[in-house]
Amino acid sequence: MAIPYEFGYVKPTSLQEAIELKGKFQKEARVLAGGTDLVNEIKKGFRVPEMIIDVKGISELSKIEIVNGQLLIGALVTFSDIRKSQVIIDNMNILFEAAGMVASNGVRNRATMIGNICSAVACMDSAAPLLVHEATVHTASMDGKREVKIQNWFVDNRKTAILDNELVTHVSIPIPTVKYAGAYQKMMRYSGEDLSQANVGVLLFANGDCHVAFGSVGPTPKRSLKIENLLKSKGISVATIEEAKEMIETVIAPITDVRATKEYRMHMTKVMFERAMQTAMERIKMPKIITK
Amino acid sequence: MGKITFKLNGETRSILVEPNEVLLEVLRDKIGVKSPKCGCDSGDCGACTVIINGKTVRSCLILAIEVNGQDILTLEGISKHGLSPLQKALHERNVFQCGYCAPGMILSATELMLNIPHPTEHDIKEAIAGNLCRCTGYTPVIEAIIEVTKKV
Repeated sequence: MAIPYEFGYVKPTSLQEAIELKGKFQKEARVLAGGTDLVNEIKKGFRVPEMIIDVKGISELSKIEIVNGQLLIGALVTFSDIRKSQVIIDNMNILFEAAGMVASNGVRNRATMIGNICSAVACMDSAAPLLVHEATVHTASMDGKREVKIQNWFVDNRKTAILDNELVTHVSIPIPTVKYAGAYQKMMRYSGEDLSQANVGVLLFANGDCHVAFGSVGPTPKRSLKIENLLKSKGISVATIEEAKEMIETVIAPITDVRATKEYRMHMTKVMFERAMQTAMERIKMPKIITK
Repeated sequence: MGKITFKLNGETRSILVEPNEVLLEVLRDKIGVKSPKCGCDSGDCGACTVIINGKTVRSCLILAIEVNGQDILTLEGISKHGLSPLQKALHERNVFQCGYCAPGMILSATELMLNIPHPTEHDIKEAIAGNLCRCTGYTPVIEAIIEVTKKV
């Protein structure tokens, strides 16, 4: 039995063609890359489009490369591609780590990181790594190109700053000029196949700076400048990490749902923050960062 | 209705599909390839696993129209010329009971062995983590994969 909703399908071979189609259909067209979210949503009757634009024929969207000190990750890059990319391993260890925890291998082979941030479900694994790395989302439309800073990208649960006539081409991540190391922590019931109940990303820099982001503990993932400033001004120590853990209560707003209670999420976010800090502190001391 | 052409277990197939037809259903109901199963129908259980261009995917989350020009392998393709060494090892150990997860489990292990000929136990657990099973307890599956990959 087919999906009980009808829609059209088109597979453009150039970005220009895809942009024109998105401009024509506006929000009545949805962009298909991996489809692990999109096909599920359509099956459930959630935001069924008139037209599906399959962008898998646009090869320029599948690049992972460094251009002018910026790491570029295209819209067709899957989590499995990220796990196999030496460029990612060498330059964005926290994304490599987080990508390995997304669903299962069979989903990672198909699901894209850009799809993850476009679906923007609050428990997504890509957000914390992109937030701590101060990524920029690049979109294209008939009106031209647009850049949105990742902290402005997530508007609400399942809602982003994308416009109806746009599609996302890639994200860019500035490669820091000082040494750095990231760490990602994800709370789930069992490894290999689960959504996060809470997640934490930290990025430490050799100059004492540090970036911290939380996911699945509010409608949107969140970076906390308050915690970062505390750790930066007082220095990272056992005492300041304890102080920061207390501060987390004022930063995140977890809810109780079928997967965890808000109290458990709050408690575990503090624990995971401490673990992530410890892991990142160990990693930054290594001559070469090893991430599993 | 559009015509798609793809390779299925080494043979070229052409078929007419609507955009709203899912690959799993086209394979099972239109072509008659029955090894991929519908379990959760939402990508969680792995029973619908097939291999496209060397990678395991969830056929319940792929529109049939997307596979135009692709190369699909199912369990029927793996056992075309008799049971594979992995299938024999599973069979000897009497691993599966209901067998519903078996095709997906075998395809996930096949992809693993293509990428890592001598996987660690961790590699094996990671590879089959997305194939849920209610009968085996997983341990005999892992043991069978270890046995086969040690021999090779």
